[in-house]
Amino acid sequence: MNLLLPGMYVAADSPLHRLDPRIKMGATLGLMVLAFAVHSLPGLLLLAALVAGVALLARAPIPALLRTTRTVFWLALVMFFFYFFTTPGRPLVSWGGISVTAEGLGLGATQVYRICLLVILASLLTYTTSPTQLAHGMEALFGPLERIRFPVREIALVLTIALRFVPTFFAEIEIISKAQQARGADFYSGGPLRRLRSLVPIFVPIFVSALRRAEDLATAMDARGFRSAPHRTRLYRLSLGWNDLVACLAVAAASLLILGLERWI
Amino acid sequence: MLIQIEKLTYIYAPRTPLARTALDGVNLELRSGERVGIVGQTGSGKSTLAQQIAGLLAPTAGRVLLDGTTAHERTAAARAQRRRIGLAFQHPEQQIFEQTVLKEVAFGPHNLGVAEAQITERVHWALEMVGLSPETFAQRVPFALSGGEMRRVALAGIVAMRPEVLILDEPTAGLDPRGRRELLGRVDGWQRETGMTLILISHHLDEVARLAERVILLAHGQVAADGPTRKVLGDSQLLRSAGLSAPQPVALLEALRSAGWPVRTDLLLPEQVAAEIGQAWHQRGGS
Repeated sequence: MNLLLPGMYVAADSPLHRLDPRIKMGATLGLMVLAFAVHSLPGLLLLAALVAGVALLARAPIPALLRTTRTVFWLALVMFFFYFFTTPGRPLVSWGGISVTAEGLGLGATQVYRICLLVILASLLTYTTSPTQLAHGMEALFGPLERIRFPVREIALVLTIALRFVPTFFAEIEIISKAQQARGADFYSGGPLRRLRSLVPIFVPIFVSALRRAEDLATAMDARGFRSAPHRTRLYRLSLGWNDLVACLAVAAASLLILGLERWI
Repeated sequence: MLIQIEKLTYIYAPRTPLARTALDGVNLELRSGERVGIVGQTGSGKSTLAQQIAGLLAPTAGRVLLDGTTAHERTAAARAQRRRIGLAFQHPEQQIFEQTVLKEVAFGPHNLGVAEAQITERVHWALEMVGLSPETFAQRVPFALSGGEMRRVALAGIVAMRPEVLILDEPTAGLDPRGRRELLGRVDGWQRETGMTLILISHHLDEVARLAERVILLAHGQVAADGPTRKVLGDSQLLRSAGLSAPQPVALLEALRSAGWPVRTDLLLPEQVAAEIGQAWHQRGGS
């Protein structure tokens, strides 16, 4: 387990860890939108610098953070080729009716860059925010939807539980795959079909244990008297401080600056 | 097989805030046919050491040599050496995936390239080894078995590979006392029969005392003691310093001694303890 897993929370202390989850979620969402609003190369680079700055503030290990983008490698690759081949413009190479354009290259690269940025932003959020805080933040942000009888609390709970089990799940995959390797399983040779089949000894046990875990969790919640009540009290209440205000203003100012510079350049 | 461990260090998640040193400069040599117990507190590095020996983890520093070949490498030679080692993880029943017990146990031998004709024979032998009747169990669905039976099926899956080195990581965790005794008895018999190397990792010092002739005590990823079983497990002070409590027989003898009984305190097996107490009883005049 030599990498920072996507969705993993690290209980450290940093200015970012101390922020209110609502602010962090809002800012993350804002920066994600910004990633798609910015088009020019200087703008995109500035945005990367901004995210890097935030990562430094969170005291997150940058190489490990970059490695979390591995999870979207295939998606990014497909996206890249999609834009690469379908964007009209000045053809670089034409071959059998398919032409590859400079615009396609640029747009493909930009899209991949954006996806990676999204993954990094999301990883930063989960890195600095405990699942409980995330759930509380989500409840607060989507609270107004309760008026239209949208089950906000329940969905927040489901998401918390899902997030909580992401690292457990990865750790389990690691153990089971080692156990099968010790029995001589080979995941690295043969054609794609054979490789896919070689994963059965991993996925069946993982699936079985996920089901068992879900059942245990349900029983444990039941035993603690959990039910979906309309008004639940809390041990920790969210409150905004001056640091939240500063963070909010800083992100807003930086975003406006990047957008402004881009127009201006 | 000669297992040499040289200055082995392993760090989980290095260069992240979660970095944790599991093994710290471990030097060991395990010779062919030895019966070794590895004991230590939770988190002392026992399981990591087992995985290193089996070549499943690449060391952060140092090396593990199996008959002179580096254990974790992706070469054919290293792979051939690794195949001689059988490692049963903690809670091995979690790795079960096949539709029948027969297929599940056959997975390992199949991967080793054992001829189809011999596989069934091997599976039957392995099932008998772990105390399951092949006639009743071979065609059953493993997921429908009891926890103890699943454990035994999983262990049969390792046994069927006929390893020269068998590493058992907490093999009896979660079994009842009878299942425990039975399983260890079979492992004991099998080791004597084949002369394989046996490495037993356990929290139960009494189990280690019964099976191992040599004990390695780990503390904070380092070897705190390595020697004959009686010497290591009979030394309650040493064990306490590594965060373990003395085995029950030793604790009893020490209590008697501090009450003025003339007994030695480094006996580990209940029958030895009984004899010692009987003798002391006579010395005191039997009253």
